[in-house]
Formats: sequence, structure tokens, C-alpha cells
Amino acid sequence: MTAVSYEQPPPRRSTGRRLSTFLHRHPRARLGLLLAGPVGWLVIGYLGSLFVLLLAAFWDTDPFTSEVVKDFTLDNFATIVETPVYRDVAVRTVTMAALVTLTCAVLAFPIAYYMARVASSRTRGLLVVAVLMPLWASYLVKAYAWRTILSDGGALNWALEPFGLSFDGYSTAGLWLVFTYLWLPYMILPVYAGLERIPSSLLEASADLGGRSVRTFVRVTFPLVFPAVVAGSIFTFSLTLGDYIAPDLITSQQFIGTVIYDSRGTNLPVAAAFTYVPIGIMVLYLVVARRLRAFEAL
Amino acid sequence: MVESPLTRALLRLASALTLAFIYVPLVIIGLYAFNESVTQGWPIERFSTKWFSVAFHNEGVRDALLLSLQAALGATLIALVLGTLASLAVSRYAFFGRESLSFAVILPIALPGIVTGLALQATIRDVLGPLGVTFSLTTIIVGHATFCIVVVYNNTIARLRRTAGSLEEASSDLGADSWQTFRYVTLPQMRSALLAGGLLAFALSFDEVVVTIFTSGAQQTLPIWVYSNLFRPVEQPVVNVVVLFVIVASIIPVYFAQRIAGAGTVIADRRAKGGVAAAIDAEP
Repeated sequence: MTAVSYEQPPPRRSTGRRLSTFLHRHPRARLGLLLAGPVGWLVIGYLGSLFVLLLAAFWDTDPFTSEVVKDFTLDNFATIVETPVYRDVAVRTVTMAALVTLTCAVLAFPIAYYMARVASSRTRGLLVVAVLMPLWASYLVKAYAWRTILSDGGALNWALEPFGLSFDGYSTAGLWLVFTYLWLPYMILPVYAGLERIPSSLLEASADLGGRSVRTFVRVTFPLVFPAVVAGSIFTFSLTLGDYIAPDLITSQQFIGTVIYDSRGTNLPVAAAFTYVPIGIMVLYLVVARRLRAFEAL
Repeated sequence: MVESPLTRALLRLASALTLAFIYVPLVIIGLYAFNESVTQGWPIERFSTKWFSVAFHNEGVRDALLLSLQAALGATLIALVLGTLASLAVSRYAFFGRESLSFAVILPIALPGIVTGLALQATIRDVLGPLGVTFSLTTIIVGHATFCIVVVYNNTIARLRRTAGSLEEASSDLGADSWQTFRYVTLPQMRSALLAGGLLAFALSFDEVVVTIFTSGAQQTLPIWVYSNLFRPVEQPVVNVVVLFVIVASIIPVYFAQRIAGAGTVIADRRAKGGVAAAIDAEP
């Protein structure tokens, strides 16, 4: 690396060189040049857009033309709090997010434990990649795959038929299954990382002191890995909370995401006001997660 | 070993079942691309590759693919530049608001996609609209670049943390100017991280649908074409072929990114995990 710089031509006295010298002497100017792009884009562009959205929640709509009128009002928030439909949708979505999170946590444990503590290092590496790769397969594709599998003549009912069973896939239960599928890898990876960090000596000590497998798991392993579970739950929870495509593909029921999506054209202020719900819940969730030391488990 | 042989056998079985749960749906939807029939029955009765040429000659699919490639290229280039600049600033300088910047980088993927999408749409339509801005390829690229910055940033900052700033100081001591130092010292160190970050950004942009719906106006990227055609029974076979193509096209870049950067540096998750991890890393 250093050898390369010996081959450089002798210093030029060009404008470029002078600019470069100036930058070298003024680290603040250098920093300013580095920051101009990212700050302009993310802070002014992106945070600015968010601000426009959050502000839109305080605007009024003309009842006849449904045009946005820029008069300050709190009516949109009142609508959301007072209309039972919005409340039901919010409760349904949060319940779904909690259920999905719980299911993902239960399903993630065996494979994460196997990866972290039983598998050979070669198998472990393969398993990490095997869990990681599907995360990058298009989310729409996965939701669509389940739409096909869950249909009346689909693969799931075909598999259940010999047992005399059938499953109404296009239902809340079906959506719960799809969400669990979509976000499961987000839970497996942090739990695996959390389990891998526990020193074997702790578990051996517990066994030496007479703790059987179950007791060791409940009293030693689980408390140590709990922050990692909370870390994983941030994704399973937040992704379920804001999703509108899977509900659209699988059920006819309304969720926070679908309500926002459907009212974006007809009533932007109410849609904007409704976004305060998932944003508020996630902020609260992150604060609690931080308390539980979940961020250190990431 | 604390685990009894029985526990280990049960864990192995559960792991195999979980992997099957993860992969079987992808395999099934892949098989549908070879379904000869227009109806989506299971099991598939006769296999055929005829829909591949139908999809290949479909005007809508071609336009959508072209638009997706343009959007992904544009977004990747912007993300590479902005992500590198941000990671250089955060890793090599101490300044007021450094933590806020790393927070702003992750926010676009930490917030639900619908919030980001609606915010961009409201701004483009209501604020920039009166200035003559319309929904176009440019607005799609802007939306994608916004959430692609973080994957480049994550890869480059991880690399910059591991390489000491002293090399750059040595370079300037030996008479290199700022540009030469960047070109001959900093950039070569970051090359593979940039390549990995770029591949991930491309994959992320190529199959994004949640934000794109809000920023694309009437235009269709490939995932949006899928979304708007999957409710039409007639288009089902073509949708299946496109879906298989999208799976393969998004997994290949990720595979190479992993080979280049090592499984550890490719951020496990495309959304919040990488982001939150980056924010925590950034704390001094």
C-alpha cells in the first residue's frame, strides 16, 4: 500500500493541488465536503419528508372535494381515537404482531440452539447461510408463494386431505402463518448469536450442580439469551405492524398498514394521523427494548 | 456437553423441520413456473417451459424489467457515493451530531416501509409537485437510494473501523494530497466492502415493492408488475415465471456479496437489524 505512493508524480501546482492542500490544512472543510451529500439527502430530504407527513396529520380536508385544506386541526386524531373501526384495526394489528413475535420466538429456539451449541463449525456455517439467504428473496414473492399454497386447491390442503383435515388459508390464521414465515429468520439470527455467546462453562457448572437439562435451560440459558429474543422481536413486531401487502394478499381483513394504504389517496390527513400509531408503538417498544439491554444483543 | 443424546437428536430433527418450513414454499413457487396449465392447482399435473418464452416476449414484463434495472443501478450508484461519504465522516471525524447522522442513515429501514413510502409520496406530490416534479424514474431512484444507503454504510464502516487512520496519516506525511490519499490508500482498503455493499444495495432495490408503490406513479417496476398482475388469473403463468426470475436475481448478488465480504460482514438482515447494529456501533 505504501509502496504505491512512492510512484506518484512530483507535486503539481495546479488548482486541484491547491484545493487539496487547503483541504488538508482545514479538516473542518474536509468534513463539510464529506457531510454535505449524506446530510442533504437524509436530513433535509428524508427527515424533511417525514416532517411533511407528520405535519399533514394536522391538516383539514374539504368534506365535499376531499381536497387537503391547510388549516390546523386536531380532528384527524379525534377521528382515529373515537371511531371504533380504527381502534379495532389497531388492536387487531398489535395482537397479530404479538402473536407472530411469540410464535417466531418459539420456533426459532430449537434451530438456533442446534446451530450454536450442537452443530459442528462447518454445519454451523452452512446453517447460518441457509437461514440468511431466504431473507433476501423478495418479500413479495414469499407472500405470493403462500397465497398459492394456502388456496383451496393449493399444496397445504392437498397435504392435509389424506388426514381428513382442511385449512381455510385466506383467514386471520393463514395470515398469522404467513407473517411467522416471513419474519422467522429475523428471530433465528439474533437468538443464535445470543446462544453462541453463552460460555459452555456456565451450562456445565449448572449441570455439575445438579441442574437437569430443563432446569438449566429455564434458570440459566433462557435468562442469558432473553435480550437476544427481545432484539429479534423488534423486527418481528415492527415488520408485522406496518405491513400492508401480506394482509392484502391473504385476507380481506383490515390492518394498520392496509388502512393507511387505502386512505392515502382519499384522505391523506387521516392516513398521516394513523401513522402516528405504529410510529408511537415502535418508539415505545425500542425504549423498553433498550432497558432490557436488547441492543447489546444485536 | 450438557445436552443428552436424545435432546440432540430432537434438536436436529426440529432444525431440519424449520429449514424445510423456510425452503419448501420457495421450491413450490419455483415449480409453478414450470406448470403447463393456466390454473394453479396442486399437485402440478404436467410440466412445461413454454411460459418462459411467453414471459420473455411479454411487453409489460420487459418494460418493467428495464425500469427495475435502471432504478437499481441508479439507486446503487447514489447509495455507494452517499454511504461512503457518511461512513468516512462518522469513522474518521468527531463532530456534533455524529450519532444523529448514523441514526438518520438507519431510519429509512427501521421505520415501517409504509411510513417511509407515504412520507415520500406526500412530499413529492404536495411540496415538490407545485415546483414541477412528477412521479418518474427519478422519484423511484430517490426512494430506493434512501433505504439503500444503509447497506453500503454498514459494509464500509465495518471496514473502516478495522483499518487504522494512521495509514492515511502516513500517506499525507509522505506528501500525498487528500485526493491521492483517498485514491491510493483509503479506496483500495474499502474496495471489497464497496463491492459487497453495492451488490446488496442492488438486490435490495431490485425487489423492493413497499416503498416503490408510493414513489412510482403509473410506472411499473418488476415487483410492482407482479403485484398488479397476481390477482389476474390469466396472467398467473407469466407471474410465476417472473417470480422465479426475481428469486434467482435477488439471491445471486447476495451470494457473491457474501463470498466477497464474508458471512459476518454481510448484514444478516436487510432492514432493521443492520441498521440498529450500525447505530450501536457508532456510539463511541
